[in-house]
Parts: sequence; C-alpha cells; structure tokens
Amino acid sequence: MDANSLAVRHRPLLGGARVPLRAHAVAIARSRVLRGVVRRLLLAVPLLIVVSSLSFALVSATGDPGRTVLGAGATPQQVAAVDHQLGFDQPVYTQYWHWLGHAVHGDLGASLFTQEPVTQTLSERFPVTLSLILGSILVTVVIGVFLGVYSAVRGGVLGRFADVLSLAGFALPSFWVGAMLVVLFAVKLHWLPAIGYVPFAQSPSQWLRSLVLPVTALSLAGVATLAKQTREAMLDVLANEHVRMAWANGIPPRLIYYRLALKNVSLRIVTIVSLQLVYMLTGTLFVEQVFALPGLGSIFAASAAQGDLPVVQGITVLFTVIIVLVNLVADVLYTLIDPRVRAS
Amino acid sequence: MTAVQNAEPLADAAASASVFESPRLLRRLLRRPLAVCCIAYLLVVIGAAIVAPIMLPNVSNEQAGDLLLVRQGPTSAHWLGTDSLGRDILERLLVGARPTMIGVGEALLAMLVLSVPLGLAAGYLGGWVDRVVGWLTDLSLAIPAIAIVLVMLTVFPQSMLAGMVTLGVILAPAQARIIRSATLPIREELYIAAARVSGLSHAHIITRHVLPRVAGPVIVLGSLFAAGALIAQTGLAYLGLIVKPPQASWGGMIGDGIANIVTQPWIIFPPGIVMALAIMAFGLLGDAVRDASAEGWSAAPVSLPRRRRAAAVAEPVVTDAASPLLSVENLTVTLPSPGGPVTVVEGVSFEIRSGEAVALVGESGCGKTVTAMSLIRLLPGDGEIAGGRIVFGGRNIASLPENELRRVRGGEIGLISQEPMVSLNPAFRVGWQLAMSVRTHHDVSRRAARARVIELLRSVQLPEPELVAQRYPHELSGGMAQRVAIARALAGEPKLLIADEPTTALDVTVQAEILELLRDLQREREMAILLITHDWGVVADLADRAVVMYAGQVVERGALAPLVRHPLHPYTRALLASDPHSAAVTEVLSAIPGGVPRPGSWPQGCHFHPRCGYATEVCSQQPIALEQPLENRETRCIHYDQFLPR
Repeated sequence: MDANSLAVRHRPLLGGARVPLRAHAVAIARSRVLRGVVRRLLLAVPLLIVVSSLSFALVSATGDPGRTVLGAGATPQQVAAVDHQLGFDQPVYTQYWHWLGHAVHGDLGASLFTQEPVTQTLSERFPVTLSLILGSILVTVVIGVFLGVYSAVRGGVLGRFADVLSLAGFALPSFWVGAMLVVLFAVKLHWLPAIGYVPFAQSPSQWLRSLVLPVTALSLAGVATLAKQTREAMLDVLANEHVRMAWANGIPPRLIYYRLALKNVSLRIVTIVSLQLVYMLTGTLFVEQVFALPGLGSIFAASAAQGDLPVVQGITVLFTVIIVLVNLVADVLYTLIDPRVRAS
Repeated sequence: MTAVQNAEPLADAAASASVFESPRLLRRLLRRPLAVCCIAYLLVVIGAAIVAPIMLPNVSNEQAGDLLLVRQGPTSAHWLGTDSLGRDILERLLVGARPTMIGVGEALLAMLVLSVPLGLAAGYLGGWVDRVVGWLTDLSLAIPAIAIVLVMLTVFPQSMLAGMVTLGVILAPAQARIIRSATLPIREELYIAAARVSGLSHAHIITRHVLPRVAGPVIVLGSLFAAGALIAQTGLAYLGLIVKPPQASWGGMIGDGIANIVTQPWIIFPPGIVMALAIMAFGLLGDAVRDASAEGWSAAPVSLPRRRRAAAVAEPVVTDAASPLLSVENLTVTLPSPGGPVTVVEGVSFEIRSGEAVALVGESGCGKTVTAMSLIRLLPGDGEIAGGRIVFGGRNIASLPENELRRVRGGEIGLISQEPMVSLNPAFRVGWQLAMSVRTHHDVSRRAARARVIELLRSVQLPEPELVAQRYPHELSGGMAQRVAIARALAGEPKLLIADEPTTALDVTVQAEILELLRDLQREREMAILLITHDWGVVADLADRAVVMYAGQVVERGALAPLVRHPLHPYTRALLASDPHSAAVTEVLSAIPGGVPRPGSWPQGCHFHPRCGYATEVCSQQPIALEQPLENRETRCIHYDQFLPR
C-alpha cells in the first residue's frame, strides 16, 4: 500500500522524459531498495510488540506471577516485592504499556536478583557476543565459500572432504564440539586457554587466543552448511545455458568460475549466511557456557534458569532486533547482486 | 450422481496405488544398508528409553553413587566409568535416553500437527490460505526461536513439554512451506481434478488422495526435524533448563563432563557419541528416505564414468588451398548411459567452405545439435567423440588439447543458441559481458574493448547500442537478446558461426529480421554459417547446401535447390512434405507417422525403414551406405532411382 503509492509517484517522473537508461535503472533500484527497507522496518514493529508482550501475557496467565517468576522456594514477602516491582499487581495491558513506555526510552528494567539495569548488562556483554559472532561469520564465509566453490569445480578428494565435513557439522552440536576442542587443544596440548575471555582493549593477542576455540566451535556447522550449499548452487549454475555459452565463447575457466558463476551463486551465499547468523545467535547460549565467556548467551541461559524475567525479556527483544537487521542487510545485498530482484 | 460414482473408484484407485507405494518405499529403504543401520540404532535408543527406566528404577533419581569412585575411566565394574558423583555412566546413559526421546517426540508431534494441515491447505487450496502461510513463515523466520523457548522456560521452569512444544510450533510454518511445495504438483494431477469435478469435498480429497502422496516428503522433513530437535533437547538439558538434576539426561551428562573436563575428559565422550550418532541417524535416515522415494520415479542413479583426460596431442593435418574451411569425416559421438555408452551420431561426414551457409536439417532427436557441438567439443553430459576427425584450420579438433580448444571456441567458431533469453548471464550488464568476450579474444585495453562492444552492437543493427550495453539481459526482448548473442559470437571474429535453431524461440516477424541479419553478416564478413533447423523456410532463406540427418546418420546431402526440387531420400521427401511452407507444392500436408527412434534402439539396416513407405525387405537386412547417384548429391537409400528426375 505504501509501496504502491511510492511506485505510482515514481513512474510519471521517470517514464515521461528521456532519462538516460543507467540513471533510470539506478533510480528504480534505489527506490526499490528503499521500499524494501521501509517494509522490513514497518513489519518489525508489530513483530517486536508480539515478541515482547509474550512474557507479560504468559506470566499473568499463570495466575500468580510473582510466585511463577521466583519459584516455589520464595517467601510471600519476596513474591509481593516482585509483584510490585514488575507491576504484576496491575492489569496486564497496564504492565505492558508501562514496560513499553520505558523501553522506547532505552530502559528495559532491572534484574530481579542483582538490580542491575538490563540495558547496562546488555551493553557490557554485547561486545563479547559480537566478537564471537563476527569471528564465526568471517570463518564461515571464507572457508565455507572456498570449500564449496573449489569442491564444485574440482570435485575429487575435496568434494568428499566437504561431504564428511557437512555430516560432522550436522551431527555435532556446538557445545560438544567446544568440549572436544578444549580436551584436545587446552587439556592435552596446552596451546590455547580452555575457558575465559580477555577484552580486546586489554590485550589484542590474548583476546584473539581466547576466541579461537569458541569461534571454531560456533562456526563448524555454518562452514559445513555453507560449503554444501555453495557447492550445490555452484553445480546448478555451472549447468546453466549461459555458462555453456560462456564456454562456447572461449571465456577462460577462471573467469567462468570466479567472476561469472560466483556472482550468480552469491545470492544463495547471502541467504545461507543470514540464516546461519540466526543459528549462531542461538549457538552463543551453548558455546559461551562451555567457554565461560561473559556474553549475552551465557547470561541469557543463566537468567532463564533463575527466572530473571526482565533480563530474559531484554535479550529476547535485542535478539529480535538483531535478526530484523540481519534480514534487512540480506535484502539490500540481494538487490545489489541480482538485477532481477530489483525488477520484480 | 452417476458421475460421482464413476469418478470415486477411479480417484480412489489412483490414491490407493500410492498408498501401496509405502510398503514398496519401505522395501527400497531396507535395501539400503545405511538406512538399516540408522533404523536399527534408533530402535535401540527407543528401546532403551522404554525399558531402561523400568529395569533400573533407582538410576534416574540417584543423587550420588560411590563417592570413593568418582570420575573413573572405564573399569570392569563400570564399563563406561563413573561421573563426578560416582554414578555409573552406562546406566545413566540408558536411562537418560527417555527424556531425550520424549523431548524429541514432543517437538516433532507439535510441528507435524501444525505444519501438515497448514502445508496441505496452502498447497491444495492456494489463494488467501497460501498467503497467510507464507506470511507466517516470514514471521517465524524473523523470530529468534531460542529466545521464545527461553521465555517459556522462564515462566514455566524446568518444563520440557513447554520448551519443546514451543520449539515445534515456532518452526512449523517453515516446514509447512516444504509440504506446500510438495502438494502443489499433486493438485494439478488428473485424478485429483477428476475427484474435484465429481464433487468430492476438499477435506475428503486432501485426506484420501493428497496426504498419502506427500507422506514421503513429510517423513523426510520429520526425520531431519527430529535431528534438530535432538540437538535442541540435549542443548537445553546441558544448560539445565529442561531436565532437573539428579534426573539422568544425555545433555546433563555432557554438562557434568564439561564441568570436570580438566580432571577427567573421558566423561564427555559416552553421552556425546551416543547423542551424535542419534542425530546422524535421524539425518541420514531422512536422506535415505528421500533417495529411496526418488528412486521410485527415476531410473537407477547414473554413475558417470570419470572423464578421460586423454593425452591429447594436436596432430597436424595436411591441407592445401583448395581444402574446405571445415571438414567433418566419419564423426561418431557417444553419450554415457546406465547401460554403457550409446552412439548418438554415427559416421557423419560433411564439409563447409569459407563463406558458405550449410544447413543441418532433421527432426529433433536426430543428432543435429550433438554434431554441431562436437565442432567445439562442448558435448552435453560427458559425451565423447568416439571416432572420426573434425578438420578445421589445419587441425583436428577431435584431438585438440583443452587450452588450444579455447582459442577455437569463440575465436574461430562462434555459437548462437536457440534460447537467446537465457544465453546471457542475468547478473551482469550486456556491455560488460560483451567486453569480457572481446578481451578474451583480443589483447586490448578496457576502453578499447568498450568501444568495440558498441561497434559490435551497432553491427547487429541494434538501435542505440550505448543504451543496450547498459542493460541487464532481463531488460531485453527476445529479438534484442538474440542480436546481442550474435554480437557476442562475433566478438572473436569467427570464420564459422554455428546457429542452433536461432529463430525457434522468436516471434515470426522477429525471425525474418534475425535471418536477414545473419545473411548480411555472412556476406559482409565472408563468414561461413552452419545452420541447425527443422524449418525448411529458414533453410531456404539462408543456406546454400543442406545436410539431412536422421537417427544419427546423414541420409542426404546436396545443394539446396536440387535437393528441395528432387529429394532422393524418402525421409527428405517426407520432411519437405510435412513442412507448412511447402504446402502449396504438395497437395496434402502430410505428417510422418511414428517418431525418431531413440539412440540405442535404432533399427537394423536403414534407420528410417520402419517409418518408410518405400521400404522393402532388403532395407532392414544390412546397413545402407551413402551413394552418389548424381554429381554433388548423396543419399543413403537403395531405392533412390525411383526419385531421380526424369
């Protein structure tokens, strides 16, 4: 509806006068990218409302919110205090409206147990998780794309290696991979620290060392998936008529593989990487626990186990925002890669 | 009402045929050793989940074992050692199978209960139902599933049911989309249409006729989903969120191992390996079901022979000034098939002189395209030149090494295909792709290449070549795309252009323009053209000579005018007679009865005799040779004297 009105406004502007074709295409592309971004952001609003109101609805549905949150062991005084702090003594929509009013001003409440503001917890722990995820994405893209493309083009031993790797990546959960890495590289070989995190500002080299094993554990599944998908996509593209015509035109193999086909494949790569990023966000819960990293994942799991609702709520909202942004970036990349996405 | 009574058994018969497919599917599955291993392992785990807690009632809630024997490796008393509280690992492993399997079952059931009806409805009904499911899928992909599960577990502490069902529900729409795609083609099938016309209700059709057909895909996705659910269950149990200690669970045992990893690394391995094998079993079982059901409708998997990299040596060929540009001598081409190589082109010979246009004519399936593709050795599906020579520019292309071949492709022999719209890479601008071709064949700067591209586009008579160069392929019409494809083929200034059905995909008016363009280019550049077509109108427009092919062989050869006037082979006669352009000449528009026999099942003797009105007993007895009844005319028919001009 918004998108349509935008389109209508653009058409006479560009269709009437003789605009050079390139400028025309760029203008259309830009308006379409913009429309896509606006659409994603508009959809994000109801999504965030649904996700964040879920816990309020659930807690009030249990009938005894304070008791639910604190567990059976809490005293009536504690329960009453929590009921008051979270506003459980008020109707559920008032509670939510109250939370929302503070949330849009950057206040997500405070932990029930440490009283630390949730936003402070999140901002302290975010860099750890960000390092872990960015490192894992980097490893995933570099190794996954290399393995996928190379095994599609060459096949043979590397193809079988990619098969074995994809099976391993599928069957071995990140936390168990992490545990095995610790046994091998920390306990047996003493090459790397078993657990712990060193901030980058304190020592870049220690920071890197503390991330090697967690990043390896978190990226194995991503590397495996991406390698397999890239290989399949590459084989699909190489079977295309336009690739056959490139061969018939005498284009050298390296240009066919790495210049032409790779761009066709990159659409699938973007899709897989954006999906993997969501899986990695999930993986941080387990990997951070194994390596005792003070990131969002470990506090998320701990807060859920404790019943620290405001923290769980805050991280849920943050995760949702991250996924919305990842999808947004993926959308923009699609339109940059494939002119047909722009056209449709 | 009679219609209903008639249609119902028909539709039901078709559906029950597919129901009977499931035992067959099971049998095919059990023929795969890997699938049998997966099923066996999962049965053992499920058996343990049922039996172990009954046999070992005290294990699950055992607070501590022998505290003097904590963190032991494998011993005769404790086969898999003991954990950090001295409890037997093997016993806890067996008992711990129960919560794992229950958790997987809860998530799986929740997912199936939602996704199967949603997917079937979206695929079968389409319309707004389909849009709602699509919208739900988008939504579920934008939600962090793990976060919602954790919110549930915060509100309902230690409730595995709440956690796993939530997981199944959130992931259901994405699975529904897969079921929807499996349903779409079934909706179009005849017996479904018959059932619908006969007034059966949607619910009846979906449950009786559609559901059995999507059972295969549902088993596949269910199996793969179970693998994911198992990872989630052990992970959440590892975090201590769904199984309360001291209750035994695989995830909890891994957690115990990780907590004691420095003192006793052994503890993580038994539960970890059991878990990894279970995940793998679900995953590989899903793959096996998919392969087994694919086997049902396709032939046995073709194992392609490894491409032979023959030590190709460019053999020099003696040529003189009078030799033709291209000379194909006794060319035989085979394609691999499950039963060994099949000959698709047999002993084909013809010549093309400089600047000449030759047409390869025949129905589809006669080997025209394969013959043409052998000229640049781009055979489909690992095809091979099994015999003969292709002499071009003093070299035998059949034995040319790959790197020299690349110079021939595009540089000496160009190709335009029958599908101009897909012959350009959709992700790059037209000008960019043409410049790549120019720079492949000429050592020029980027700027010079760009200028050359504009020149090329102008030479194929495209108006405003600068604008066309800026476009993407999908922004071109079919005729424009074919002109661009021709421009690209000209980039290397080839001496021979192979035009494979260049006008088939185009509108009639555009066809004439493209043919005219090819004629002009042929004249201006003195470029030879090998035209592949089944359309005599196109042949007449462009070709000087024609080579008629049938079932892998050349059946007639000669200059175009006499060949058309007095065809000397019954196939040529029939082909000409069935051509709508020549309807004025022959009174009756006749189609040739039957079809071209497939390679591998060519008849004995003359390949055409089963369809030939002139065939006698002799025709089926021995191979027929090409004969030369007139000067520059050849025919592969022993009855040609009946057709000779009188």
